[in-house]
Amino acid sequence: MNDTTGLGDDVQLITLDVNGTSYEVISAPRRTLVDVLRHDLRLTGTHVGCEHGICGACTVLVDGLPVRACLMFAAQAEGARITTVESLADSGTGELSDLQRAFTEHHGLQCGFCTPGFLMLAQGFLAERPEATKEDIREVVAANLCRCTGYQTIVEAIDACATARRSQRAMGAEEESCN
Amino acid sequence: MTSARADRLVGRSVARREDPRLLSGRGRFVDDIELPGMLHAQFVRSTVAHGTITEIDLTGVRQVPGVVAAFTAADLALGDITARLGRPLSEFVPTAMPVLARDRVRYVGEPVAVVIARDPYLAEDGLEAARVTYAPLPPITCEEQALAPDAPRVHAEAAENTLVDVSLFATEGIDEIFDQAPCVVHVDVRTGRQNALPLETRGAVAQWDAREEQLVLHTCTQTPHQVRTVAARCLRLDERAVRVIVPDMGGGFGLKCVVGREEIAAAAAALRLGRPVKWIEDRKDALSASFLAREQHYTARAAFDADGRILGLDTEVVCDMGAYSCYPFTAGIEPLMASAEMPGVYKVPAYRVRGRAIATNKAPTAPYRGVSRPQYVMAMERLMERAARELRLDPVEIRRRNVITDFPYTGVNNITYDPGSYLESLDLCERALREAGWYDRQAAARAEGRHIGIGFSCFSERTGYGSAAFAQRKMEVVPGFDLAEVRMDTSGAVTVTTGTISHGQSHETTMAQIVADTLGLDFTKVKLHQGDTDRITYGWGTFASRSIAIGGSAVRLAAGRLGDKLRAIAAAEWGIPPEETELDRGRVRRRDDPDAALSYEHLADTAYLKSHLLPKDIDPGLTATAVFDVHNDGTFSNATHGVVVELHEGTGQVEILAYFCVEDCGVAVNPQVVEGQCRGGIAQGISGALFEQITYDAQGEPSATSFMDYKVPTAHEIPEVVIHHLETPCAFTETGAKGAGEGGTIGAPAAVLNAVNDALRPTGVELDNTPITPETVHRALTPRTPEQTP
Repeated sequence: MNDTTGLGDDVQLITLDVNGTSYEVISAPRRTLVDVLRHDLRLTGTHVGCEHGICGACTVLVDGLPVRACLMFAAQAEGARITTVESLADSGTGELSDLQRAFTEHHGLQCGFCTPGFLMLAQGFLAERPEATKEDIREVVAANLCRCTGYQTIVEAIDACATARRSQRAMGAEEESCN
Repeated sequence: MTSARADRLVGRSVARREDPRLLSGRGRFVDDIELPGMLHAQFVRSTVAHGTITEIDLTGVRQVPGVVAAFTAADLALGDITARLGRPLSEFVPTAMPVLARDRVRYVGEPVAVVIARDPYLAEDGLEAARVTYAPLPPITCEEQALAPDAPRVHAEAAENTLVDVSLFATEGIDEIFDQAPCVVHVDVRTGRQNALPLETRGAVAQWDAREEQLVLHTCTQTPHQVRTVAARCLRLDERAVRVIVPDMGGGFGLKCVVGREEIAAAAAALRLGRPVKWIEDRKDALSASFLAREQHYTARAAFDADGRILGLDTEVVCDMGAYSCYPFTAGIEPLMASAEMPGVYKVPAYRVRGRAIATNKAPTAPYRGVSRPQYVMAMERLMERAARELRLDPVEIRRRNVITDFPYTGVNNITYDPGSYLESLDLCERALREAGWYDRQAAARAEGRHIGIGFSCFSERTGYGSAAFAQRKMEVVPGFDLAEVRMDTSGAVTVTTGTISHGQSHETTMAQIVADTLGLDFTKVKLHQGDTDRITYGWGTFASRSIAIGGSAVRLAAGRLGDKLRAIAAAEWGIPPEETELDRGRVRRRDDPDAALSYEHLADTAYLKSHLLPKDIDPGLTATAVFDVHNDGTFSNATHGVVVELHEGTGQVEILAYFCVEDCGVAVNPQVVEGQCRGGIAQGISGALFEQITYDAQGEPSATSFMDYKVPTAHEIPEVVIHHLETPCAFTETGAKGAGEGGTIGAPAAVLNAVNDALRPTGVELDNTPITPETVHRALTPRTPEQTP
């Protein structure tokens, strides 16, 4: 047997919208979203830490909301907008986003394995709750596991990013009202 | 030779070189590696804790669609993994760890067979079809069972299940000291079995490279060269024919500094099948069937004079090492560390110790961040607290009277401590807590009936173990030195290769800082390569807080030699002695003429492309290597931790209200990185103090197989940590740095335990064991009615 596709007999064709690109994937129904992202689409930025929905390393956004990609079958994500860590930096220049820069400025990562999960958690949360306080952020950061940092610098990074975004928005509103 | 630049990078919190790729999902971890035709391995694991294998039937496995092969120990015929100490049999019993269990299983989760399939899902389907039958033997699941006379043996060769039994020190007359001492205190300290728990589980991708005639083994290990040695021996290959490559690694904390069985089995399968084989451990296996740590039992007593000065320390430690000795450290790793270093930061004039490692039917152990030090520091600090209570001394004051203040200090344990700031860190930590108002708040809270406690721990940590220090352990394989190569190419860019391997410690940044300073070179021109056994002759990897102290010193020496060569080439061009030149911002300058300078690019061009211009005594090329080793007892980082906790009556919860750390790791190459190591280490220490434990039931079944039943703390439980730095530079590392990787983990459990005991003071209850569970605290806080009294 020379079949190296890794597919069983029971396969289906699904369409996934990932970071604004549409992909057609032939996949077994039991394949999880994270496995399809990582091994079929080769978007390996999303990581797998536990495969039972606790550690959050596999967090991606599904229609803008943080989701554990290890707890979802890929087929369940059809028709949804999936956003992964690969979407954060500028696709042309590679320039990091404000959230990513905040993580490096505050040393919010060491080994970097859990980092994509925390980034996507924060990305989804701050979009929904731009006014979040540092305490709110600490609460949300408690959804995921990090073994290196002790969390403090992750909270500080996300809080700094949220604060900077708020002051930018305020400045923008001020400019607008001046015009 | 140092650079002439004033804007040195060492000592500055330079942004990390590793971050852009890790933040944008462009890192390459072992599970990110995908090779054409790659197959996937999973392991059939023992379901019994102790037994003989009567039959392994893989017929059904091989019929599962997608399964390509399934192998047992008999099929692969591999050599065993055997770690040894050069000690007599009375002190150490070597035991072989087969790559796959042959006739006997010794813990639940022990690998019995490997299933290879087209994808990981199908490999797991295959596991379900495996039929292994066992004749069960009585499992040994605790110290009391292991050491019982006539106990069943985990290894036939180890009587009373004792793998290590060493009495390193016994001061003459110590019994008389205890007999005559005005104050003798005792503790009985037990610490729970933990998992170091890197968030990335273990894994490997193995492939035979026919052109290079080499097995290429990508694996997330802290010790690539040691994996190469063992893989070559087990597979019966020349060591040249194995290349170990470590990609980005998602943490290690010691668990990945020993050689695992699965990566060797995956490699054997790849050789057998002629196709790449990937193995990625799942979390269940990682929790219960990889390597655990920390389960120790101290029975200790200390004698004090009436003023609270230690007169003697007498201790026995038993370390439950599980089923096998890990390679290369052996089951001696924990008892030997504890025995050698327990006196710690205190002036202990008399010392007796017996350290034992016992075998049980539990997953084997590996070093875990701190190795024994979190536990012996806890035992020592409990002794100090108990003596303080007995002698009605302030807990800080009793420590003040006992910490080493005159350096170098040679202890009763024959270790010479290099200068540190033991007293200064203690004083500063107490002051920080006092100035933050915690003593006042504690008094006020107590008046309200709340349970707030303040606790300290004082410790030092030997880092930069060279071969001399490791040799004292009598390991058959003696780690110690490290090697560095610094190479400049024709564009003036520098490649640094080390034998250490970063997995979160930021070496790509810190090593580049050292090289950039030494060569007077732009930081971005320096790129570190690590974790490839074909790129550097040998290395000992990253563990024991050795990388910056030893690896960083080797890097600095090599960079210095490269700088010397650049100066020699420039001097030759000018026709002046090299001493009349200096390195400055990417150029060699003449000291006698500030305007005369030759760029590194120009000199590199000469060294490689116009080598006919070089004098005969200068070889072409720009490569320098250096080896660094520490020939004394190593260098000691130190710290004091101060913790404030509140105990909650209803739930028994221990809430950490404040955490202060005053640390001294010598010169901090990158202070932000040092703080990161402190905070992360403290989080892991708190985890051990309050949350994490894997227990085994009477059948030897582990309690924790998922994160549902192994509590890893989150941002809810881990507090903010206030860090103060002191700096006592190391005199014999090239940068003045001491190790910084483990201190946080070492100090936290003792400080938390002392704080909990301080909070419990009004109840009269004292706790000596970790983890401190809510049940324990709740019980301690609940006044017993007569009916409840047993």
